[in-house]
Amino acid sequence: MPAGTLYRGREGMWSWVAHRVTGVLIFFFLFVHVLDTALVRVSPEAYDDVVATYKTPIVAVMEYGLVAAILFHALNGLRVVAVDFWSKGPKYQKQMLWTVMSIWIVLMAGAIYPVLGHAARELFGS
Amino acid sequence: MSADTSSAVDPVEGVSLYDVDNPAPVIEPPRKRTKKTPKSTRTNFELYGWLFMRLSGVVLVVLVLGHLLIQLVLDGGVSKVGFAFVAGRWASPFWQGWDLLMLWLAMLHGANGLRTVINDYAERPKTRFWLKNLLYAATVFTVLLGTLVIFTFDPNIR
Repeated sequence: MPAGTLYRGREGMWSWVAHRVTGVLIFFFLFVHVLDTALVRVSPEAYDDVVATYKTPIVAVMEYGLVAAILFHALNGLRVVAVDFWSKGPKYQKQMLWTVMSIWIVLMAGAIYPVLGHAARELFGS
Repeated sequence: MSADTSSAVDPVEGVSLYDVDNPAPVIEPPRKRTKKTPKSTRTNFELYGWLFMRLSGVVLVVLVLGHLLIQLVLDGGVSKVGFAFVAGRWASPFWQGWDLLMLWLAMLHGANGLRTVINDYAERPKTRFWLKNLLYAATVFTVLLGTLVIFTFDPNIR
């Protein structure tokens, strides 16, 4: 590790680490996602073939992970904006992180059926 | 401050060495931008980058979560996505504009984020240089490709 990056730990540091990791993951997905969408300019078959792999159970699990990363990055990003622009933001940054995590858990629970339902039907029959 | 300005320092602090005829030497502010300042810190680029991350981030929350809702949740989730579905959505200038704005903001937001990560962890100047050039090339390529696809989409390609 480069020198001078030791931070103070706890909620502030770990949310910062998670924000970085999810951000990098989302960026790499976005790059691939623009490439796969570009196949609509090749032929309908080429596009549908690639999208068919997106509908397999294993990719459905990865999609659930992508949703998890995006939801965390979005909610924590709003928290960062509040810390920077709201006068009481720094004081309540921990409470805001727990709010973020609560909303994240609720949304992730709500995403189980829409995102993973079709994979479960394929694996276990409907 | 007293009206008597012959001394720059209050009597409590001692006698001043300087007066109107013998002014104190000017000390340059430590962060003043001069000709010797490296090019990269002569502008407010980093300030605008910081601001852009927050502004684009707020807009992206709406655009991306809306996108996820449409693609993965509503109307059968990912199962309904296919060429015909794309053709149906891009028939509307509203969704074309939505996707175009989302593409540009997300790519620039992500590229600036990765630039920060490279600046933080890649220590050797050569490594930094090449990683950032690779990042910029990939970003320009992806943004241009995506823009081209949105504008030249042809539902009757076959």
